[in-house]
Amino acid sequence: MDWQALKLSAELALVTLLILLPAGIVVGRWLAVTHTRFKPWLQAALALPLVLPPTVLGFYVLVLVGGQSFIGRWFEPVFGQTLAFSFAGLVVASVIFNIPFAIQPIERAFEAISPDIRDVATCCGMTPLRSFWRIEFPLAWPGILSASVMTFAHTMGEFGVVLMVGGSIPGETKTVAISIYDRVQAFDYAAAGQMSLLLLVISLLTIVIGYGYTEKIARRRRTAR
Amino acid sequence: MTLSVRVTHAAPFLDLDMEMPEHAIVAVLGPSGSGKTTTLRAIAGLLTPDSGRVTLEGRVWFDSSRRINIPARRRPIGWVPQNYALFPHLTAQANVESALLDRPSGQRAAIAQKVLAQLHVGGLERRYPHQLSGGQQQRVAVARALAREPRVLLLDEPFSAVDRSTRRRLQAELKRLHEDIRTTMVLVTHDLEEASVLASHLVLLHHGRVLQAGRPAEVEHAPVSVAAAKLLDIQNIREAVFEPMDGMPGLRWGPYRLSCSPPSRAIEPGRAVSWCINAGHIVLHRTDRPSRWGSENPVDCVVDEVLVLGDEAQVWLRPLALPNERLLMKISEHLAQRNRILRSGAVRVSLLSSAVQPLPE
Repeated sequence: MDWQALKLSAELALVTLLILLPAGIVVGRWLAVTHTRFKPWLQAALALPLVLPPTVLGFYVLVLVGGQSFIGRWFEPVFGQTLAFSFAGLVVASVIFNIPFAIQPIERAFEAISPDIRDVATCCGMTPLRSFWRIEFPLAWPGILSASVMTFAHTMGEFGVVLMVGGSIPGETKTVAISIYDRVQAFDYAAAGQMSLLLLVISLLTIVIGYGYTEKIARRRRTAR
Repeated sequence: MTLSVRVTHAAPFLDLDMEMPEHAIVAVLGPSGSGKTTTLRAIAGLLTPDSGRVTLEGRVWFDSSRRINIPARRRPIGWVPQNYALFPHLTAQANVESALLDRPSGQRAAIAQKVLAQLHVGGLERRYPHQLSGGQQQRVAVARALAREPRVLLLDEPFSAVDRSTRRRLQAELKRLHEDIRTTMVLVTHDLEEASVLASHLVLLHHGRVLQAGRPAEVEHAPVSVAAAKLLDIQNIREAVFEPMDGMPGLRWGPYRLSCSPPSRAIEPGRAVSWCINAGHIVLHRTDRPSRWGSENPVDCVVDEVLVLGDEAQVWLRPLALPNERLLMKISEHLAQRNRILRSGAVRVSLLSSAVQPLPE
């Protein structure tokens, strides 16, 4: 069992979630209420990671953060290491790859709130911020939770993009999914099986807990109608 | 006059010029898509019109020329949308307290309980919206809208989501509440009966424009245009020539000379004009005893069709001298039976001159 790789995967999933969740709430809420004519383009761009092969996405991320890129050239002297093939590079890749998993459930949740609810909150004297925290956020909570679960679980198991951008440096970029791949390449099926089972259980539990709680709230709301 | 709305807006289209009396229940009546809800939204500040002014007793809420636009949250209004929009994750009391966030926290609960009790939903404070009936939800929504002591209460079809008996009860309660608090209420509806029962001022809206406004009885009795007459469900709308008789207003309808109400604005003699008469104001000359209206615009007719709907008989008549025209008369089923009103039978009716209304617009 490669505990180091498992710990790295969990760290990557947590950092990705911490970055994507606030951004997802802001962008998802904005997309839910905006009437801009560019909305279909924006939605399509944010959904791209769902349809692009991980290698294509990984390649572009590598170009984006590589030593020849603007970001890569700025990052290296400031932090004393390259962005590609580092944990920070993995975070960038993971954030980009998880955008649709974070934003889409949140956008749907905010879309489901009737405009009448927002109007009433305004007419009750609430500022937009107060209306958001007291009314919209609690109502969109199941979608936000669902987005968190999907982002976390998806990052825990991500393989292609991580391999392209991070390689397989133990303690730095070698996540549990890559460790399983390495064990299989080395014909160590016992270790690969153990880690696969553990990853399966963690992913399943995460999703079951998330879905269970979301369903509980949805059931309460269904009765409300 | 207290609430003045003079605004134009392109989409959805509005071209409004309306004044609403203080402390009144104002009914804004119109078909679907006539701009009723948009009108309320413009008053509330939820829609910013392209141009115009909205004022309450001289206090400007919106003035495009002076770039004044008081945000909805600062306007002294209460808003009750069509589906009530109670916050589903909050109890009835917390819903009402949501409108009191600018008050000290120690006062909110007491105010909320007082308003809920006033709306006859005291005791339901801890219930969530899904635990309330449609009528109770409506009361909580009104309580929430009233908690801030608004100057104007805006209600968007507030009785459309409840059954008939609950609607009647809630209408009576709203009327009683209005007598207590005297807040100006603007009520949007497409139900003429509801508007007549509740309102002391009626505004007819069509395609974003005010067709007519005034006291409900006056508007219903004297529509000024064909569109207004249609909106008031007057089915007898016909064409005639305006022809005063002995200085009194009159119409030449085929061979008939009809005396009529004075038109709402001057019409040149000899001009073709539409006119209307409410089906309830065509009076049957009874066979059992003469009517005191017998001399008013008598018309001999043949009964074309009799339709009995509950206690009411709808009788379609063809005037003998104008067989291509039809007039609808509504009488009680009992009266129709007693006078043997049958298809193809002959009857004489009077078109009450006070109800014969020229439609100059």
